[in-house]
Amino acid sequence: MPVRPTAALPPLLAVALAAATLTACGGGSGSDPDTLKVSFKQSTDNSVKVMDTYLADIKKQFEKANPGKKVEFVPIKAPDSEYYTKLQQMLRSPKTAPDLVYEDTFLINSDITSGYLKPLDPYLAKWPDWDQFIDTAKAAAKGEDGKTYGVPDGTDTRGLWFDKGIFAKAGLPADWQPKTWDDVLDAARTIKKKVPGVTPLNVYTGKPAGEAATMQGFEMLLYGTNDGSSDPLYDKGSKKWIAGSQGFKDALAFVETVYKEKLGPDVSDALDPNFGTRVRGELLPEGKLGIDLDGSWLPQDWLEGSGHEWPEWSRKLGLAAMPTQHGQAPGKVSMSGGWTWAIPAKAGNPDLAFEFVKTMQTKANAKKWYIANSGIAVREDVAADPAYVDAQPGIKFFTDLVASTHYRPAYPAYPKVSTAIQEAMEGVTTGDASVEEAAKAYDEELESATDGQVIEK
Amino acid sequence: MSTATDPGLEKRPGPAAAPPRRAARPRRVPLLRVLPLTPAVVLLLLFLAGPIAYCAYIAFTDLQLTGQAEDSFVGFENFTTAFGDDAFLNAVWLTLVFTVISALVGQNTLGLALAALMQRASKPVRTLVGGIVITAWVLPEVVAGFLLYAFFRREGTLNAVLDWLHLPTQNWLFTLPILAVSFANVWRGTAFSMLVYSAALNEIPKEITEAAEVDGAGGWRRLWHITLPMIRRSIGTNLMLITLQTLSVFGLIWVMTRGGPGGRSQTLPLFMYEEAFQKSMIGYGTAVALLLLVVGSLFSVVYLRLLRTEV
Repeated sequence: MPVRPTAALPPLLAVALAAATLTACGGGSGSDPDTLKVSFKQSTDNSVKVMDTYLADIKKQFEKANPGKKVEFVPIKAPDSEYYTKLQQMLRSPKTAPDLVYEDTFLINSDITSGYLKPLDPYLAKWPDWDQFIDTAKAAAKGEDGKTYGVPDGTDTRGLWFDKGIFAKAGLPADWQPKTWDDVLDAARTIKKKVPGVTPLNVYTGKPAGEAATMQGFEMLLYGTNDGSSDPLYDKGSKKWIAGSQGFKDALAFVETVYKEKLGPDVSDALDPNFGTRVRGELLPEGKLGIDLDGSWLPQDWLEGSGHEWPEWSRKLGLAAMPTQHGQAPGKVSMSGGWTWAIPAKAGNPDLAFEFVKTMQTKANAKKWYIANSGIAVREDVAADPAYVDAQPGIKFFTDLVASTHYRPAYPAYPKVSTAIQEAMEGVTTGDASVEEAAKAYDEELESATDGQVIEK
Repeated sequence: MSTATDPGLEKRPGPAAAPPRRAARPRRVPLLRVLPLTPAVVLLLLFLAGPIAYCAYIAFTDLQLTGQAEDSFVGFENFTTAFGDDAFLNAVWLTLVFTVISALVGQNTLGLALAALMQRASKPVRTLVGGIVITAWVLPEVVAGFLLYAFFRREGTLNAVLDWLHLPTQNWLFTLPILAVSFANVWRGTAFSMLVYSAALNEIPKEITEAAEVDGAGGWRRLWHITLPMIRRSIGTNLMLITLQTLSVFGLIWVMTRGGPGGRSQTLPLFMYEEAFQKSMIGYGTAVALLLLVVGSLFSVVYLRLLRTEV
């Protein structure tokens, strides 16, 4: 090789850099009045096609009912946190903003504050089906200005999944229903003692798990600590975030106990970014996990056509509500989130987009969707429909939890608060920090994340 | 790629290589000769200088990705925040550790060693080793990340081998994350240094080495007194390029550890990503990016200085 590559490298590098910048900027296109662009989150698991199949069906119906109009999907294949980022970048410019987007209630308030979304009230006023939506779900997509910015397509609840086989070996009842946190920990201790080789209890934790750690893990504990009448994270009256609460420390102490007593997964597994996928794909189906604090959507991964079918799950797994700390009223805790369809402020075809929402939300299509994705109905007519209730084991259990569920204070600072919670959890999980230290670090982080909008409680 | 054949860049970099261009030539350059360059210059300004200038501007604002109706100019606030932020200082330290271990020590010396060994190796060996090393280089960063994640994880290949040898195993990504990702970067990036040094070693005239050999210089002396001085410039260029590459490594670490556990492998690019895109603070993230740029230029200045010293 007689050529000296070193001399040619700087200019080559410059060209490559320029090329990379160029391609990164491309892709924008003006809007076509006859083409409806719909963005949604595509599963990162190639074998899970629930959303794709459902939308393809709606597209067919929509194009048939609206001759001359075309639906073009702009799927974003990414894990949750990267999906939001990509979407927000698209929403910034009219060139890239799709006509309809799938928004997590987690971030919808942030995006409303940024002016990315269009209020839907004029459309909703003329849409009779809107009355079928339950009030809490309607509120999930409401901005601080009182306007509604999204149509929810379902919600979710959370609880304890447990392996009946492992419970039998440990001598625990098949109709297990813990009354307090201690009951949960005691069951895990029993499993640890009597059934070696399995993970007794999984509580998602740490930054790698992201929002799963905050919501399935920490908040399921935290919202069970007070008397159930006020939000333990955010004080609505003073519009301030709550620091220094005993409930916060108690919830951290629970997490610490799980990992210190080795009741949970090995810490290095729990902090593996891919752990959630392993819980659903390996640990539960292979009978290696005793109790899993997790969401209502798990069966989605085990449905026929999902790639790793596991129809026996309903015989092998039991369900229990997550109890409050000392069993105080209302006795159980659940958190809810869910997704909504929203129209970007910079969308080219908002009217057409709402027509598409209406097609998705006919009673028949809504029911089809809830059943397909193991979602929890937010329409009263569907929730009462026996075809929905009987579609899948567990649906009734999780739909009943809606009565004792909580929504997150999903205000603009929430993502930062959530990261601070994950850091606190990670500290006690690895043993790097004591509960006191982690709680103190959280309070400091909260102060800066919310620009000092903090109240001691 | 006409830029690669620019005569100014093809000049041999000998000590007397300063081109005698500055011969008094006060004639005006005809407009027609500049014209063909205009599109390239405009494109460069638009797509290279433009975004950089925009980034520099954003770094002085409190722009957020979401959750904010309007952004405002905040001066140096982002920078002062960074220097008061333990996580930032931790990231700076880890970035230096990562760069020194994986680029300066790992890639650089391993690349030189491989290149030197391959000079003497037989053709099949050369092809085989070169092929393997270059495969690691050609693999996309994310794929390489997953491969090494599979290698280092608790049930991974490395532990399987250690177990077979009856040596203690551990979760490397958890106990020694920064070393694991550094090793991964060495594994992936050595090919580049190897190619640079292979080319440089080929340039050394055989007669000089042979003459030294006749004079009785052993292997180490030949390396120290002949080889290294003669490839000095390549060493400088290589160090500069791999340092800049390594400073900006993101995908590899993201896939293997996400900067964890507890921020123990969170280098500056990961810290920047978290601030900008996960916490939505684009302004702050961009300020950190600018600081990363400063770190890169500091390294470059040091190398350029080293290059200038004559032997």
